Order: sequence, then structure tokens, then C-alpha cells
Amino acid sequence: MMNKLLLGRFLPGDSLIHRLDPRAKLIGSFYYIIIIFFANNWQSYLLMAGFTLGAIVLSKIDFGFFLRGVRPLIWLILFTVALQVLFARGGKTYFSWGIFAISEYGLINGALIFCRFVLIIFISTLLTLTTAPLSLSDAIEYLLRPLKVIRFPVHEVSLMLSIALRFVPTLMDETEKIMNAQRARGVDFSEGGLVQRMRAIVPLLIPLFVSSFNRAEDLATAMEARGYQGGEGRTKYRVLHWQLADTLSLVVLALVTVGLYFLRS
Amino acid sequence: MDITFQKVDYTYQAGTPFQERALYDLNLQIKDGSYTALIGHTGSGKSTLLQHLNALVKPTAGTVTIGERVITPTTDNKNLKPVRKKVGIVFQFPEAQLFDETVALDIAFGPKNFGATPEEGRALAAKMLELVGLDESYMDRSPFELSGGQMRRVAIAGVLAMEPEVIVLDEPTAGLDPAGRKEMMEMFWRLHREKNLTIVLVTHLMDDVANYADHVLVLEKGHLVKDGTPQEIFQEVNFLKEKQLGLPQATDFALQLAAKGWQTASFPLTAEELADVLATDLKAGAAHDE
Repeated sequence: MMNKLLLGRFLPGDSLIHRLDPRAKLIGSFYYIIIIFFANNWQSYLLMAGFTLGAIVLSKIDFGFFLRGVRPLIWLILFTVALQVLFARGGKTYFSWGIFAISEYGLINGALIFCRFVLIIFISTLLTLTTAPLSLSDAIEYLLRPLKVIRFPVHEVSLMLSIALRFVPTLMDETEKIMNAQRARGVDFSEGGLVQRMRAIVPLLIPLFVSSFNRAEDLATAMEARGYQGGEGRTKYRVLHWQLADTLSLVVLALVTVGLYFLRS
Repeated sequence: MDITFQKVDYTYQAGTPFQERALYDLNLQIKDGSYTALIGHTGSGKSTLLQHLNALVKPTAGTVTIGERVITPTTDNKNLKPVRKKVGIVFQFPEAQLFDETVALDIAFGPKNFGATPEEGRALAAKMLELVGLDESYMDRSPFELSGGQMRRVAIAGVLAMEPEVIVLDEPTAGLDPAGRKEMMEMFWRLHREKNLTIVLVTHLMDDVANYADHVLVLEKGHLVKDGTPQEIFQEVNFLKEKQLGLPQATDFALQLAAKGWQTASFPLTAEELADVLATDLKAGAAHDE
């Protein structure tokens, strides 16, 4: 059921992109998503697409994965594009009917928005496919550090984040198991009206919550037994190393920004 | 009710980059009234196979025939309830499936889904509770205040309450103490004997296989590698040792005796058989000495 979701999956590998520091990748992806909104003509989009495809090629991951990442969101994208195409006005008008109008501007904008969506999905899929969830949460912890100044509980948040990430697959398995057990007892999750379907979820939700409570209790006990007392004075086992390649990747992004500045109209 | 597999293949997440083949060309039959043991390593496809037994998953190729009903890769997901009612599955750690306010309601949940009235459900719950060795005082307690072993019993009662013709047990005694384990296995044996319930047992405990089963299926990496009676399977001591599947204790002991020069035509499976063989040997030896 949830197997089809590709977003958030990690695919172990050994490529330049895989080896980059997660901090570099995280900053890079965020930065990329921001600057893509500045692209506004086909030349600048070409530059961004070139950069994205270059990164994808460097990751040595089959391109099909990325296309599959887009698939679940395709309706959302098409909907947005359709709104743009039907309502935007300007330039030559090819067709008009009431409030709807297909115009030159609308078509161009629609195409550009489509590209923007696809590129953003590509780059975020690339981030999650090439970065292990745990190193991602390490990177987030590191990047949140400045917030300590305003008493933000950085350690606690990152601990919760890494525990949550660790238990996502476990909970998925558990959900599937309980679902099967209840189906074997005659529950039908895919039949009936809205109310009936919602009622069918109860025998799934309650055991899941109960087992989460139990799991949390066991985990807390096990952590305490192993001497966990909070964030103060802890050392790190996984240490992030910033390397030349990481700096270079950000330099490339800076160059892309410069290029974008000159190309956009 | 027979369950027949014909050329069954199963692939997880078929058509995605994460696809993984779990079952290869399985041909097997679970006969009405039999006690079948399914053994094999972790990851050999046992759990995948047992989900086919009541159409929780459909084969990606081949057919599964459950009684009258034929399940093919294109079978519709609707109207599978009659199949599910006939084949009850007790999953590993079934206590995780409890959810209702009281034990009685939880046990009656299955029957209710198959159309029983609340009264019938409650009557069934009382009956099943007794069957699994808990008394009526448990009826109106919350399942979450019971001990682990009691929760397991309630969960099993919930499956038995559907009055299935076939019951599939996935390591029903995992995590239980020795007394509880024996009691539970005896209970299933009684059901098998008295109600002619067909049982499919997935287990790593070869003693349970030797003591109870009359048919053994050995799975390895999704292939059915052996299919026969326990007597046949456990004679191949070297095969089982090689596959690290283990032997019943009595067979293992006999194997050690054989290594020290003891002669035997066939290896015993249970402690009783071993004792009998040894006693006969001793008598024969005594007669020979005279």
C-alpha cells in the first residue's frame, strides 16, 4: 500500500552525490528551491534543468526513479498548470470563453510552472534518495545549532527527529501486520461508504497507538538503562566531515546563481 | 476443505525498482483435516505463503484454490469474506491485534464482521474463552490490562470464534514460557482431533513438528524443497543439518548415538519412539548375551 510512495526513500549507493556532506546537500537543496523561483524565461530554466540533470547523472541513479517520484504529484501539477493556462491573460489571446481564456502568457507561464514543479521534485527526490535519514537528521541538528541562543531545544528536537525517522519503517510494518490480522478477521478496508470506512480504521488505529505507547515506554527504559541523561555533555559517534567537494558543490550553486542573474529577463 | 497451490509465484512490489521475488513456482496441497507444518529459515517465504491461504495476497502468477474458490492474479478483492471466514490466521504475536473495550467484544469482533448478532457473538466469546483456558470473569475486562500470555489467548480465541475450517498458526508459541507453550500446542491438537480442524503450523521448533504434524513442507528461498511426512523429512538428517533447520531432540540424540556406533534402521522423532527403540535394542542385546 505505502510501498508505492517514493518520496523519502533512501537508496544506498556510492557516488559523488552520495558522499557529499548531508549539510551541503540540505543547504544546497533549500537554496536551489529558493532560486528556482527567480527563473522566469526559458534560458534560465534551461540552466536550472542542466544543473539538475547534471546532479542526477552524478548520483548514478536510474532516471526512472525520478519520473516515478513525480507520478504521485502529477494531478496536483496538472491542476496548477491548468489554472494558469485558463486564467492568465496577456499577449495574444487564442481562445476565450467567459472568464476562461487561453493566451500566450498563460501557455508560457503554464509550461514554466510545470518545469518548476518537476525540477523541485527532482531535486528533493535526489536529496532523499542519496542521503540516509539518520545523516539527514544529523545535518538538521547541526544547522539548527544557532537557535540554541534563543533557548530552542535543539538536542531534544533532533533526538525526536532521529527516533521518529528510525521508527517510520517499523510502524509501517506494524500497520501492515495489524491490517492483515484485522482483514483476516473480516474487516474490509476498501469497501463501504465514508462512515463505514472510517469505522473500519478503528481496529487499526487503537492497536497502533497502544503499541506505540508500549514501544515508547520500552525505548525510554532501555535508554535510561544505558545511561542517557539528556543532551548535556554527550559526545558524537557519527561526525560529519566537511570536505573540498562540499565547498565546491556550493560554489557551483553560486555560479548557477550568477548565471541565473544574467539570464533572467 | 483442501487448499491447493498450482505454480504459484509471488513478487513484492512488482514493477517497481524495489521489487523482490518471494515465491517461486510453488505446487503443494494442504489436505482437509491434515496437520501441516511449514518450516524454513527466516526469509524463506513462509509468511508470504501463509498470506495466500486466505487471499490476503493474491499470487502474481499461478492459482490458489481454497475449497471451491479459485484465486488467480486477476481475482477481484471483493467478496473474499467467505474465504476469510473459512481460513483463520493467527499471526505472530497476535496480541497486537486486540483493540476493543472488553475481551468479549474483541472476541466477538470477527463473528460480527461475518454477520453474527451481538448475542451470538457474546455466546461465542464465552465458549471460546473457555476453550483457550480463561474463565468467564475475563469477559468484561479490558484486553489491555491482561498479561502477555492472557492477551495471546484472547487473540487466538478471537480467531477461533470465527469457527474457521482451517486455522493457520504463525509461531503461536513464540515468547511463551514452556508450560504455556505446551498447553497451547495441546489445545490446538485437541481442536484438530475433536473438531477435525485443518491446521497449518509455521514454526522453528522441530519437536512440535515431530510431535503433532502429519505433513511437512520445507521452504528455502521461496522454493518448496521438500514435501512429505515428518518420518520421511526427518530421516534426511544430513540435509536438515546442512540447511541448519535443526532436528527434533530425540532425533538429534539418536544421531549422536549413531556417531558412536549404534545401529539403527531409521531415526526416531519423539522421545517415546526413541525410548521404544532403545528398549527393544536392550532386550535384543540381553537375549543375544544369554
